[in-house]
Amino acid sequence: MKLNVNSEDREFDGDPNMPLLWVLRDHLNLSGTKFGCGIAQCGACTVHLNGKAARSCSVPAAEAQGMKIRTIEGVSAGHPLLVAWVKHDVPQCGYCQSGQIMQAAALLDEKPKPTDTDIDAAMSGNICRCGTYRRIKAAIKDAAGVA
Amino acid sequence: MSERKFEEEAQRPKVFTRRRLVLGGSLLGGALVVGYAATNFGAIAAGALSIGARAADPGAFGPFIKIDETGWVTVVNRYQEMGQGSHAGLAAIVAEELDADWEMVRFETAPANAAVYRDATLGIQGTGASQAIAGSWDQLRQAGAAARAMFVQAFARKWVLPVESIGVRNGVVYHSASQRSETFADLLADAAKITPPEHPKLKDPKDYRLIGTEIVRRKDSQSKSSGTELYTQDVRLPNMLVAMVAHPPHFGGKVGRADMAAARKVPGVVDVFEIASGVAVVAQDTWSACLGRNALKVEWDDAKAETRSSDALRALYREIAKGKTDVTGSAFQTKGKVDDAFDGELFEASFDFPYLAHAPMEPMNCVASVDGRRVKLTFAAQVQTVDQINCALAAITLPGMVEIETLPAGGSFGRRGTLTSDYIVECVNIARHVGGGRPVKLVWTREDDMSSGYYRPMAHHMVSIKCGEGGLPLAWRHNIVSQAIVPFGANELPTHGVKNSPYLSVASVVDGKIFTPKLGVPPGLWRSVGNSQSAMVMEHTVDQLARRAKRDPAEYRRAIFTKVGDVRKLAVLDLVCKKAGWGSPLDAGWARGLAVHECFGTVVAQVAEVSVLGENLRVRRVVCAVDCGIAIAPNQIAAQIEGGVCFGLGAALYGRITLDNGTPQETNFDAYRVLRMDEAPAVEVHIVPSKKTPTGIGEPGVPPIAPAVANALLSLTGRPTSSLPFVI
Ligand code: FES
Ligand code: FES
Repeated sequence: MKLNVNSEDREFDGDPNMPLLWVLRDHLNLSGTKFGCGIAQCGACTVHLNGKAARSCSVPAAEAQGMKIRTIEGVSAGHPLLVAWVKHDVPQCGYCQSGQIMQAAALLDEKPKPTDTDIDAAMSGNICRCGTYRRIKAAIKDAAGVA
Repeated sequence: MSERKFEEEAQRPKVFTRRRLVLGGSLLGGALVVGYAATNFGAIAAGALSIGARAADPGAFGPFIKIDETGWVTVVNRYQEMGQGSHAGLAAIVAEELDADWEMVRFETAPANAAVYRDATLGIQGTGASQAIAGSWDQLRQAGAAARAMFVQAFARKWVLPVESIGVRNGVVYHSASQRSETFADLLADAAKITPPEHPKLKDPKDYRLIGTEIVRRKDSQSKSSGTELYTQDVRLPNMLVAMVAHPPHFGGKVGRADMAAARKVPGVVDVFEIASGVAVVAQDTWSACLGRNALKVEWDDAKAETRSSDALRALYREIAKGKTDVTGSAFQTKGKVDDAFDGELFEASFDFPYLAHAPMEPMNCVASVDGRRVKLTFAAQVQTVDQINCALAAITLPGMVEIETLPAGGSFGRRGTLTSDYIVECVNIARHVGGGRPVKLVWTREDDMSSGYYRPMAHHMVSIKCGEGGLPLAWRHNIVSQAIVPFGANELPTHGVKNSPYLSVASVVDGKIFTPKLGVPPGLWRSVGNSQSAMVMEHTVDQLARRAKRDPAEYRRAIFTKVGDVRKLAVLDLVCKKAGWGSPLDAGWARGLAVHECFGTVVAQVAEVSVLGENLRVRRVVCAVDCGIAIAPNQIAAQIEGGVCFGLGAALYGRITLDNGTPQETNFDAYRVLRMDEAPAVEVHIVPSKKTPTGIGEPGVPPIAPAVANALLSLTGRPTSSLPFVI
């Protein structure tokens, strides 16, 4: 099958039931998307499917066919979220952060000026065991230019 | 015999199972490790730990500093980077004394070599007890200053100038009078030839320009934000196989009979075989390994398995604490004569703590290859020396032949520091079976990880206190029930935070005992270890004592700290009260709770603002005061306290592993609830100025939050807390 990842058509001929997460990681060499729980509970594997945040651990490859898939590797270096993340030294272990950024990017695409409540609502599916939540929030607001 | 069928399930990795102790214990502590090695390999000395190791050239500036022709200064970090960001502080110590340009300083992780990279306190190469900064302060200052002196000397010789007239700033060596200057890069070849001074002059702290400033920031934010950081899970090597293991559903269980036929037929599965810890499936990729494992049919042998439930164990622990079983207590602190000290009216309380999983974001994993007697490991090693010994035993080789490339960990909280190297040995066993030096990546699912044990052990504390004048403790009896977290020496770790506490110091009679039951569930080191339980017991008890004496909890503590001369605790207490507005009115329905606790040499006070609306417990703000000696990297100190509060709060609110007939019930984040963004309080961190040697910061933020919340609840509802988690 063909998968459109970060605006490129990629070929995948394995098990169509394989979760997109493992297709990305093991077959397309895109390891920025992380495995955390496998059951759509932690958000570490968050990617965009047609612009919406989705948990790639729970989406079979076949389902992602024909969709525009965007991963952390498709987020440009100068993206305001990346810049803000570094400015606020958000990461600790860092393992959750690509998922956090993908979730935040989907939020800002939808609501460029989110409120605290918007941020809580959008981000509460993404676990950070290191507890960087407040810095994540500050970085999102910084990137969005809201106080 | 119990039977479990692992049928195929295409949608996601299936929920599995328990692990058992693969090896007896290994040991922590230098002499002990050597002793352990000697016992297991015959009478050999300390040096044997590195026999078989490839010789390493430390370079001109010693084992901790590398400088290259382009002027980059690389600080070699012997500690694991698991999120705590201690690399920033370590690099700053070197850069400060070296007068390097902070923008040209980076870090790399040290290879496994205990002879060079041992931590003095732990006695091994490993990361724990919040030792990174504390254990490196003198050594790295010396290393930085020595390297600086070498550049100065080289410059002085080259231009025939007196050493005293030469300065260094931002990686540039200069002579003001002649307006001559050269960079580290220019001088590198000459400086490398200078013999490093044995006692280089260290800076006066008043001249620090880096240490203690906001310039010191972690060096890995970019790679960790952009998804380019390489974790164990991301390792791809030529010809590498991926392995998953079906583990026994009970601790202490083992494989009875395994039907591997269906698993072998799964496309992508390369081999299926039994290992000490279960049945291994090796495959071309993660998904095939997962499907292969699901297709296994295993009968487990539970003859020696732990099959008790949490409720039964809790009841048992209470009996043990009362001295009603054959588990005898041993004294951890005694003072004065018990005689009639506990006659009359007593304050009595008891506390139950559940098992807790670490649940780091990255489940355990490891990459290993075994080629004859050479073992190569690529993973987030936390206790390299211990891992080398355990893997050498597994592969029948020497510790020095076990090469470890340490990667950053997607969290650990102690899970990667098990003294049996459980998952690492598992990976080595698989790689050994595969053989030929072919790399194998062992992948654990979240379920594997969370049901694997090495939990913070469940515990019971029981206190009886007689109070005297002003309601201050006069006699303090304290019984602790907890498994031994490390399998040697006295069961010390659970007493941390109780033993020698100021509240015991102020009493004239102390009767402290620890009871050590044996269970089949392997206990582990969990961020802040015994402190996360003892802080709850001590600080919540003291609040109740203050209330009984009709004294303000802060003022009551102040009286005790003053009496025993604990000036550091006094300072953090005063600072936290000032910053939190202690005593000032709050909105209706909100209350403040206070806790002060010392952990691994760092003192942290926290004031939490808490409300309860129906079932809904909210913590909106936590004000923290910290004394960690000289604050090297204030931004990272704040980050660790912020993170510690969230980690401790999540555990206190929701954390528990429940055993049902010995089987953990919470195996993923759906059942094992953790703190999420909408529940994360605003955390303010205030640092007490200090001139003392720096102490650790990775763990001390955790312990005070549970009692701070409990004390706020006490003030709101009048009801004390006697067990965790708060929310059931
Ligand atoms: S790995 Fe997909 S949500 Fe956790
Ligand atoms: S930074 Fe470690 S889990 Fe988020």
